[in-house]
Amino acid sequence: MILKNNVNRTLSDDLLKELDYKPYTSTEIGNPDIQRVAPKVHVSTGDNKVVKSIEDVVKATVKDGMTISFHHHFRNGDYVFNKVMRVIIDAGIKNLTLAPSSLTGVMNDMVIEAIKAGTITNITSSGMRGSLGDFVSHGGLKNPVIFRSHGNRARAIEHGDIKIDVAFLGVPNADKLGNANGMAGKAVFGSLGYALMDAQYADNVVLLTDNLVDYPNTPASIKQTQVDYVVQVDEVGDPDKIGSGATRFTKDPKELKIAEMVNSVITHSPYFKDGFSFQTGSGGAALAVTRYLRAAMLANKITASFALGGITKPTTDLLEEGLVRRVMDVQDFDKGAASSMQKNPNQQEIDASWYADPDNKGAMVDQLDVAILSALEIDTKFNVNVMTGSDGVIRGAVGGHQDAATSKLTIISAPLVRGRIATVVPDVTTVVTPGDSIDVLVTEVGIAINPKRKDLVAKLSNIPGVPVFKIEDLQKLAEKRVGQPKPLEFTDRTVAMVEYRDGSIIDEIKQVKD
Amino acid sequence: MEIKQTALAGTLESSDIQIMLSKGTDGIQITLDSAVEKQFGDQIRAVITQTLQALKITAANVKAVDKGALDCVVKARTIAAAQRALGTTDQPAWEVF
Repeated sequence: MILKNNVNRTLSDDLLKELDYKPYTSTEIGNPDIQRVAPKVHVSTGDNKVVKSIEDVVKATVKDGMTISFHHHFRNGDYVFNKVMRVIIDAGIKNLTLAPSSLTGVMNDMVIEAIKAGTITNITSSGMRGSLGDFVSHGGLKNPVIFRSHGNRARAIEHGDIKIDVAFLGVPNADKLGNANGMAGKAVFGSLGYALMDAQYADNVVLLTDNLVDYPNTPASIKQTQVDYVVQVDEVGDPDKIGSGATRFTKDPKELKIAEMVNSVITHSPYFKDGFSFQTGSGGAALAVTRYLRAAMLANKITASFALGGITKPTTDLLEEGLVRRVMDVQDFDKGAASSMQKNPNQQEIDASWYADPDNKGAMVDQLDVAILSALEIDTKFNVNVMTGSDGVIRGAVGGHQDAATSKLTIISAPLVRGRIATVVPDVTTVVTPGDSIDVLVTEVGIAINPKRKDLVAKLSNIPGVPVFKIEDLQKLAEKRVGQPKPLEFTDRTVAMVEYRDGSIIDEIKQVKD
Repeated sequence: MEIKQTALAGTLESSDIQIMLSKGTDGIQITLDSAVEKQFGDQIRAVITQTLQALKITAANVKAVDKGALDCVVKARTIAAAQRALGTTDQPAWEVF
């Protein structure tokens, strides 16, 4: 049977029934009463947590059919995932559900091997790229992957939708009882934001570290009350690959033009006043926005109450300059931001629930004024795709996109076309973030304002140097430049399902036809 | 028109296409490598074929490596490669543009 949700996406009725899912209806969360779950606690005095090898801890904890998790704070410098998965595959364990905060490129080969060996049969993640995305999009995994935003992962863990049996969490320092943080040691990554959910809700919490320090270790982001085992390994990560070193500002004139217009949209909006808050991504244009915004804040004698999200050095620079009063930090994208956390008490580590969970008593994203987000595609209904490429293959991540898009002014900054691929399209390949939560699209030729935001149409229609278009006209302009692409071909088989942040299904990703 | 020598035009930079033209006996044979093959492969092949036909080339082996070039770029690189292959670069084929 065919079923359509509120963003006009066809969903497989039988799959929804089988997995007990509801179709997406609305961005509104409301005020429901939620019953959370609690982890099982194996009581201990803590005298016996240090184990000699990964083999020993896997033997003691992981059984067929369990759900295991990892964090992705080491990004492409991660050594922990491959070390642990190697042992699990070699132990012959089968039918695991892999539930990491996300999967980075360095994990791809090992995940594919584990799928082929029958070790991993289910995956839920924020995203996947490269060879793994290709493998899944070509039908390599039998059960559909479930994609969740960072806020939604926190919600799913609290609800028990994701029940983590064993969490393997790499840390650059820990003491023998498991007090740990992400700030000191060799492979530092700053905030442990996503891993804090696993530490709080997994039945078994295993820390892996290359830096066993004196007890008690402070500040303790992960606490001894949560940790079952501490394993000492040679190296947890490659510090040079965790984040880009020094963040360079883009010189690309197209990106600078977009950034300048994004800045104009922000400064002409009703939200640009003392005490405003913002979140920017890590792309070239987003970083350039931070630079323009700094100048505008100085000129208007305005400071921001907080900056949120994945943090980069340009943002921590604003903190040190006093232009931003607090940095609410769930993840650090570069070395500068990661090392700044230790010396700046106003750079607050927040967990994924505090950051963006829709089902709690108040998340940071609910207080957010301005969010600047990117898009692989945006359609004439303002729906955004950050998950599948122009060839229909999985190559992205939900990240915090759906979550941050609930801000009061959500701006998508994207070029009209990339090479021969249009960014503004009649219909996105995969809906990740619904158009109802997107307010303004900024491209190098001009902006389009979501007609549902009549207030913004009035405020933003006469900014000098910022031409306003209907989004349909931007789409036509893009198509005129690149031509009309042949429609992508998919099979009927669903290889992944994309949840909205409330746990409903916003879209399905089908296997590509080759 | 007869292809006299193998000729190359274009680069492997983003938004460009590199066209290599050599002698052929079996009509126009195109080997295309493109990141946008799924969406624009047929269109790129059509533009190359039409451009060669306009230059009265009926047999050629074409090796094209596309990096997301627009039609106008595909056409320009094909003309350049063709005129180099024909040895007619001193007489630009204006009517083909």
